[in-house]
Amino acid sequence: MSANSTPAVSTATPLKVDSLVKRYGQTVAVDGVSLSLAAGECLGLLGPNGAGKSTLIRVIAGRVIPNAGRIEVFGSAAGSQAARAALGWVPQELAIYPRLSSKENLRAFGSYYGLTGKKLNEAVAWCLKWAALEDRAGDLARTLSGGMKRRLNMAAGLIHQPRLVLMDEPTVGVDPQSRNRIFEMIEALRAQGTTIIYTTHYMEEAERLCDRIAIVDHGRVIALDTKEALVKGAFASRSQVLARVEGSPAAVEAWVAQRGGRVVDGTAEFTVEHPSEIAALLESSSSAGLELVDLSLRRPNLESVFLHLTGRELRD
Amino acid sequence: MIIPIVRTAIIALRRDRVSFVLSFVVPIAFFSIFAVIFGGQHDTVPRVKVIVVDEDRSRVSQQLVKGLESDGSMIVFTAPAPTKSQPSPSDYTAATAEAAVKAGDVSVALIVPRGFGENPISFGPNSDPAKSSPAIQLLNDASDTIAPQMVAGLLQKAAITAMPEAMAEQGMKYTDKYIGGFTPDQRKTMEDSLAQMRQRENTPAAGGDSPDHNGPGSSGFISVHTRSVVGENKKSPMISFYAAAIGVMFLLFTASGSAGALLDEAESGTLDRVLSSRINMTGLLAGKLVFNLLLAFTQLTVMFLWAWAVFKLDFFSHLPGFAVMGLSTAFAVAAFGMLLASLCRTRAQLGALSTLLILVMSAIGGSMFPRFLMPAAMQKAGLWTINAWAIDGFTKVFWRDLPVTALWPQVCVLLAIGIVLFAIARRIANRWEYA
Repeated sequence: MSANSTPAVSTATPLKVDSLVKRYGQTVAVDGVSLSLAAGECLGLLGPNGAGKSTLIRVIAGRVIPNAGRIEVFGSAAGSQAARAALGWVPQELAIYPRLSSKENLRAFGSYYGLTGKKLNEAVAWCLKWAALEDRAGDLARTLSGGMKRRLNMAAGLIHQPRLVLMDEPTVGVDPQSRNRIFEMIEALRAQGTTIIYTTHYMEEAERLCDRIAIVDHGRVIALDTKEALVKGAFASRSQVLARVEGSPAAVEAWVAQRGGRVVDGTAEFTVEHPSEIAALLESSSSAGLELVDLSLRRPNLESVFLHLTGRELRD
Repeated sequence: MIIPIVRTAIIALRRDRVSFVLSFVVPIAFFSIFAVIFGGQHDTVPRVKVIVVDEDRSRVSQQLVKGLESDGSMIVFTAPAPTKSQPSPSDYTAATAEAAVKAGDVSVALIVPRGFGENPISFGPNSDPAKSSPAIQLLNDASDTIAPQMVAGLLQKAAITAMPEAMAEQGMKYTDKYIGGFTPDQRKTMEDSLAQMRQRENTPAAGGDSPDHNGPGSSGFISVHTRSVVGENKKSPMISFYAAAIGVMFLLFTASGSAGALLDEAESGTLDRVLSSRINMTGLLAGKLVFNLLLAFTQLTVMFLWAWAVFKLDFFSHLPGFAVMGLSTAFAVAAFGMLLASLCRTRAQLGALSTLLILVMSAIGGSMFPRFLMPAAMQKAGLWTINAWAIDGFTKVFWRDLPVTALWPQVCVLLAIGIVLFAIARRIANRWEYA
């Protein structure tokens, strides 16, 4: 990761998850998840809050013991010393020491991974530069802005130069400018070949950063592929038509049902193979006595895929 | 506008049931302890432990010892308690009694000297010191300012109630000597009265202590010579006691405070992150324990240095003993802090529980007032506290000038407390280890 670092070369798959199950009482947080990552790949876990993304990450990090299933990190069992050394975890919470400076935080976490002397100094310097916190190295963590704290939180997870990084919603609660800065950090990491798992409920983040995306809902991976393949698999070459119409709710419902669409947040959604089908839609709305207020044609995206697969909005 | 704030606060308090309950339990528990100690509600007035050495072995001296033994305010020892190695130990001597006072086994020892029975009463003009009654030696530990005065008073009381015949006989001697002798009739009447007194003393009711009789004090009928065998040369007798007593109490509060940091880390997710590194739970708790130990030892050192600088405590000539007791105490206190942290789930719980435990331990363990003032049952209960063992150890070092080797009971107990508390804390901390 740093110029001087020479991580051990391993041909083992960075991460293999097989039939993982984690229950909390009657609640099944992770329900038979299986996935694997190739070296240098960035896998996005996309799902709404409560889908089980964080639990899955915590199991992989070795902080939660699963009820069933197996996890291997570069061939070692999750939670083993080898797995811990190879794995970096950026938790969703700001898990840093507020009364320590940025540099002291990084030194502390580095020493927890056994780094000392020159190696520790180099790792701290690399992390400060990577997180653009060099000029705030001596500032107490609690005095940093929200975005800076997030960056420091990320840097603390990378201090030991892991080959697999788990990032659990690292952009929660940050402004757009800070979010872009975090994207740049992750892209820099990717450019160095680090394997990443990135959880988010923001479609744009998954689309921008991830090679493949696993759509997670109710603890299960309901789809796993590249963005293009996911959209194609759900919609083929079809497009979405979004129409806002005025009329009695009963009339709107009847019209939408007749045309094979559905109503989401007061907007009628239809899937069409060809834009020419729009004319027929307009005609039928007029026949149903509805007044068309707005109409748009949209290529399906991950949000559409999620909606298509679960019947719910991504941010429900 | 105020009512919603109050309602919200009440709901939040009720949600944290442990701290909700403790907020009522703490004052009740503390009140009860003070009520037991000072209220005498269980009729457990502290009895003074006294060693009595009868060197005279005369009838009069034996009567006096018997009178002292029958007094409900004292526990009289004439010989050490039997042990396995010494099932029937020999009686105390003046030397062993003094050693026992120095060791802190008792606060007071009375030595009834040879010749006491010949001339037990000291009232009247004393023109011939050579023939004056040999004084009873009262050996005391200067740290206990109450016991010697109490024993001196009880001694006079015992003299009046337990040996009236000796007093009357002595009165006759004084009359003979200073007034000029009795007529044969007077002498016969006196002898008859003395015989009746002797007869009464041999009945079980004789010598009983009457609540109406107040001891006339150490300047009364029996001549008493008081000598402090511990602390007589100390400049500030109670400084070391209070340095240890107050020090330990605040060490416990500090340990509870630093334990709170662990709860903060657990809540913020930092603990989780640390445990995902190479550090495991045992290593983490051990690290925190060592930090708390160093913090506690530093606090103690600063307190004793302050006592040295300001109150002239003889600190530097007791360094080895201080180091041994300081580290043992700091270890036990640090482990106590770890246990508190692992037991509590919120800061509010920690605040309530630590206040309850620390104040109770400090009250019965002698941090607020010396344990020798407490009822016997409370003194025994104090042995379940860190405070009592720590204070006893520091007292041995700074007050009794005992060597480091004499600290082994205190050191062993404090280390055992530390190990047990840490083991329990580690066990309970499993809840943080994995979800």
